[in-house]
Amino acid sequence: MKGTNMAATALSVNNIHKSFGSVEVLKGISFEAKQGDVISLIGSSGSGKSTLLRCINYLETPDAGEISVSGETIRTVKGKDGKYHAADKRQLEHIRTRLGMVFQSFNLWAHKTILENIIEGPIHVLGTSRKDAIGEAELLMEKVGITPKRDHYPNQLSGGQQQRAAIARSLAMKPEVMLFDEPTSALDPELVNEVLLVIKKLAEEGRTMVMVTHEMALARDISSEVIFLHKGLVEERGAPAQVMRDPQSARLRQFLQLA
Amino acid sequence: METISNVIGFLPALIKATPLTLLLTVVAGAFGLAIGTLAALARLSSRRLLSVPAYLFTFVFRGTPLLVQIYLIYYGLGQVLPGTWVRHSFLWPYMRDGLWYAIFALSLNQASYNAEVIRGAIKAVPRGQIEAAKSIGMPGLMILRRITLPQAFRACLPVLTGDLIILLKSTSLASTITILEVMGTARMLQRQSLLIFEPLIAAGIIYFTVVFILSRVMGVVETRLTRYRTAKA
Repeated sequence: MKGTNMAATALSVNNIHKSFGSVEVLKGISFEAKQGDVISLIGSSGSGKSTLLRCINYLETPDAGEISVSGETIRTVKGKDGKYHAADKRQLEHIRTRLGMVFQSFNLWAHKTILENIIEGPIHVLGTSRKDAIGEAELLMEKVGITPKRDHYPNQLSGGQQQRAAIARSLAMKPEVMLFDEPTSALDPELVNEVLLVIKKLAEEGRTMVMVTHEMALARDISSEVIFLHKGLVEERGAPAQVMRDPQSARLRQFLQLA
Repeated sequence: METISNVIGFLPALIKATPLTLLLTVVAGAFGLAIGTLAALARLSSRRLLSVPAYLFTFVFRGTPLLVQIYLIYYGLGQVLPGTWVRHSFLWPYMRDGLWYAIFALSLNQASYNAEVIRGAIKAVPRGQIEAAKSIGMPGLMILRRITLPQAFRACLPVLTGDLIILLKSTSLASTITILEVMGTARMLQRQSLLIFEPLIAAGIIYFTVVFILSRVMGVVETRLTRYRTAKA
């Protein structure tokens, strides 16, 4: 059912611009994810793909453009500097609860155990009871295979275990869309696979996901759409079979050969 | 031999004064930590209206001797306050007691030192962990309370403990404004007995014992709270 037009729009990214100082990193990027879509953002470093992902949940504030989650647009106001920023903190926080994010460097909270990391958001942000939060956390730990590490601290875990725990922490918020920012790039090669398997499983469940990745095989296998960014613009996009087997632009051809 | 028995003879009076020393330490330590945390946050603020006064506060209080601060607050405020509404308020009976001026001065001094330590520790909390908290929709204050500050305090706990021990010893300066804590009592005993060294030696023993117990307790607390960094896989 991937990518069918019947599904509702889960995420819409509309004409996003972002500059750091005088460097224009994103020059107007738009895409849409229907429910169940898996969108892979690929491109060489500096192409703006991580910045784009971080603009979706406003970890970076886009200078212009719109983000909508299931039709609700993040409201913005124009500041004195002529750039836009979120108008309503509450609304932004609420929309963030609906967008899960998995980071390249895991970013588990170091002073909390794995279980505590997973139940933190449900209890304190969503207001779930502790008992229910723990019950759900146990299912999630089972799902990503870190149950034995429940009472360990992040620094006691391997990178792969930490990333799986971070995925569980993100899932605990029951997000409508998952954002993955190069989830395997910080891992030792032998640990990459265990994380890829979890991500594949989520795709098979029909979760809506947007991921920045260098894992071309993963992008090919699970994406409904692959978007190739180059210098802040979409250079080429389409179904993975088409984009990755028959790239039209010279840049994408070159990128795929190098990747 | 006589010296030893004299020293031992002074101990009971000094032990009786120890609770006051501890009171000064605990109260000024608590206020110092609270004010110091606020000052650290103010200094880290992007609003100059907050960061500049916080900077000046730490700069002035760290840059001048505690004794000068105690004198200025005790004699200075003591001179100013009777001319104000405080003179006729319910506060006045308390305000005549040197203890409050001592607590005030010690708290601010302690706060200025704590502020710098905590500021550094807050800045050292990895940015990614704060982004992770933002990404699940945590409001800023909750991030501060549940993610940033708990880690910052744990990280600088050894230094805060050191500052607390320095504070404990600094409370002896309160004796200069009529407070009969351990040091004040020792000086009183000097005058009564006409012995110079023995009361001081006895006071030293008391301070050393309290510091020893305090550092042991904080050591245990530290080990517990920083298990997340030291635990082995």
